[in-house]
Amino acid sequence: MATASTNAPPQRGWYKRNEIAITPWLFLTPAVLFFSVYVIIPIGQSFWISFHEWDGLGEKIFIGTDNYERLLGLGDQRMDRKFETSFWNNIRWLVLYLLAIPMGLFIALLLNQTVRGIRLYKSLFFFPFVISQVVVGLVFSWFYLPNDGLFDVMTGWFGIDIRGGVLGNPNTATYGIIAAGLWPQTAYCMILYLTGLNAVDPEQVEAGRLDGARGWKMLWYVIIPQLKPATFIAFVVTIIGALRSFDFIAVMTNGGPFGSTRVLSFYMFEESLSEFGFRMGYGAAIAVVLFFIMLGFIVYFLYSMWRDEQAAR
Amino acid sequence: MHSITKTSLAALVAAGVATTATADGHALSGTLRISSDMSNPAPRAVMEKMAADFDALHPDLTVELTIVDREAWKTQIRNALSANPPDVVNWYAATRMTPYVDAGLFMDISDLWEEPEMAALASTKGAMTLDGKQWGVPYTYYQWGVYYRKDIFDELGLSEPATWDEEKANCQAIIDSGRKCYTIGSKFLWTAGGWFDYINSRTNGYDFHIELATGQVPWTDDRVRATFANWRELIDMGAFIDDHQSYSWQEAMPFMIDGEATAYLMGNFSVAAFRDGGLTDDQLDFYQFPVINPDVDYAEDAPTDTFHIASGAQNVDAAKAFLLYVTSPEVQTEINGGDALGQLPVNANASIADDKFIQQGFDMLSNNAGGGIMQFFDRDFDAEMASVGMEGLQEFMVFPDNLDDILDRLEETRQRIYN
Repeated sequence: MATASTNAPPQRGWYKRNEIAITPWLFLTPAVLFFSVYVIIPIGQSFWISFHEWDGLGEKIFIGTDNYERLLGLGDQRMDRKFETSFWNNIRWLVLYLLAIPMGLFIALLLNQTVRGIRLYKSLFFFPFVISQVVVGLVFSWFYLPNDGLFDVMTGWFGIDIRGGVLGNPNTATYGIIAAGLWPQTAYCMILYLTGLNAVDPEQVEAGRLDGARGWKMLWYVIIPQLKPATFIAFVVTIIGALRSFDFIAVMTNGGPFGSTRVLSFYMFEESLSEFGFRMGYGAAIAVVLFFIMLGFIVYFLYSMWRDEQAAR
Repeated sequence: MHSITKTSLAALVAAGVATTATADGHALSGTLRISSDMSNPAPRAVMEKMAADFDALHPDLTVELTIVDREAWKTQIRNALSANPPDVVNWYAATRMTPYVDAGLFMDISDLWEEPEMAALASTKGAMTLDGKQWGVPYTYYQWGVYYRKDIFDELGLSEPATWDEEKANCQAIIDSGRKCYTIGSKFLWTAGGWFDYINSRTNGYDFHIELATGQVPWTDDRVRATFANWRELIDMGAFIDDHQSYSWQEAMPFMIDGEATAYLMGNFSVAAFRDGGLTDDQLDFYQFPVINPDVDYAEDAPTDTFHIASGAQNVDAAKAFLLYVTSPEVQTEINGGDALGQLPVNANASIADDKFIQQGFDMLSNNAGGGIMQFFDRDFDAEMASVGMEGLQEFMVFPDNLDDILDRLEETRQRIYN
């Protein structure tokens, strides 16, 4: 065999000689191509458009950083109030949406037992995640209706009257929408934890029990550390879900009352693509700001995954 | 010189086509492509019939009709007009045309408006004019006004108010009877725009209203404040239903159908919904928005829907002939009839449907709208101004104390947009 290989004819093709180096790139080419065309290049275009004033039809007019100055209130202008409202609503979403993680864990622990019909209960709890966000939003907006809505009736028992209904009152509307969003998000986290709980090592639980750990201590020191991968994924999907909160807002309040429930993604849509929009440059500037917020999280996620991989080696 | 002769020749051809086409129909050939937003059931049937009839009139011509959802069309028209445009499209009159006129996507059809037949459309010419040229033709419009429960008015011994004082006195009587004067659903904002149009034009006149719409007057002007002060009188009385910011205009209708509220400032399209809701013509009636300032003439909201020719149209002759066909008295009578659109014809020689609301509206707009015809808040104002403005109007209706802050915000927007 050895002689055969040394006597092999030297005129192997260029590809054959570089096969090891090239093949991975060949396999990557379609993905790289599509990722560039549909993700990387549009990001660059958004940056470019954000330096212009453009109605989507006529000529683009280059205006430098004017859009950003107006958006962030640089110089002697006030910060764009709609932007300010949207930004703080985004923060509310990010913080409160994380409640889905402990709630999901709680339900998962509750359902992680063997009783008759447990599969049915599990699927019932998972149900809200399966139905469309639009349907969830619509159901909750009926639930919140002033006077006739079930929620209003229930708060009425305690003598609480929210002026304008939950979604009609600028102080409560965003929280009302977040609560609607938490319903399917909790179900999602629950499923992640249910699969995570299957992987919990029974020997460690046994060992913990021998050492006298029970209740909260067992949960905190033995179970939850083992659920770390599930928690990480739940965190990622919840953060992404919070930043994508567009559908609920569009269905439930359309950004109202008086714009108090806007988030950045909704504001971006309104400025650039809605009926009264088509201020592409300004919309793109909002998109860029949103991009940097997301980038912060993405960098953190990638860094954690990289660190875990390093630790695993 | 050459271009002038060419356009007038084209106009002559178009005129010849329009007049002779009905007789022998040999002149038009090829394909006429129409994109329409008449997607609701009744308008859809009207549009399909119009296209089919026009097709039948011209044996050599094929009419291709595409109907797009009305809401979707508001954003899709941009794409439709930019690449491989159809010949004829639907849109709206007045400022709403501006982006397409500025971008050169609508064809200047001033020559068509020179035709003798078009004299019968003179009343709508202003709404189709930008930069001194005409960019389309109207095909239907409808009045706005106060639709009210006649049976409740009779029960309380009230009559249709003609002045603001009578209006408020009526309203007080209605509130004292445990009802609300007006239902409104402001979730989608535009309904509040109707109230502003009326109170502002009745307080300061049509000319001032249009100056405000075109950005010539600051929002912080005392005359604008006077408008809001008048509006606030009603709000402070408790004239409007509670929680209106949570309802769409349809969701606000049951309040009037159930008799919890007695009137609705709305467009004539609401009549069909009232009738579906179970109100008979004995219970439902209509009055013109009352006078506030006796020194200014009545101005009325009457939004106009239109047809335009795309500047990239392939079959311009057929497109022009179609616009003349649509605006002709016979077609206008037919498509605006009670069993079709149920609205007002744009051609003065057309006849009006046998419906008391359409007839009252026609009478009001022909004889009692000396101030002028407004196209509605979101069509007269610049698009961005309209969206910021309507949000402010909704906020004002819920928190009237925020007025100063709202007006400052609107003024900031006005200065940015119009300067």
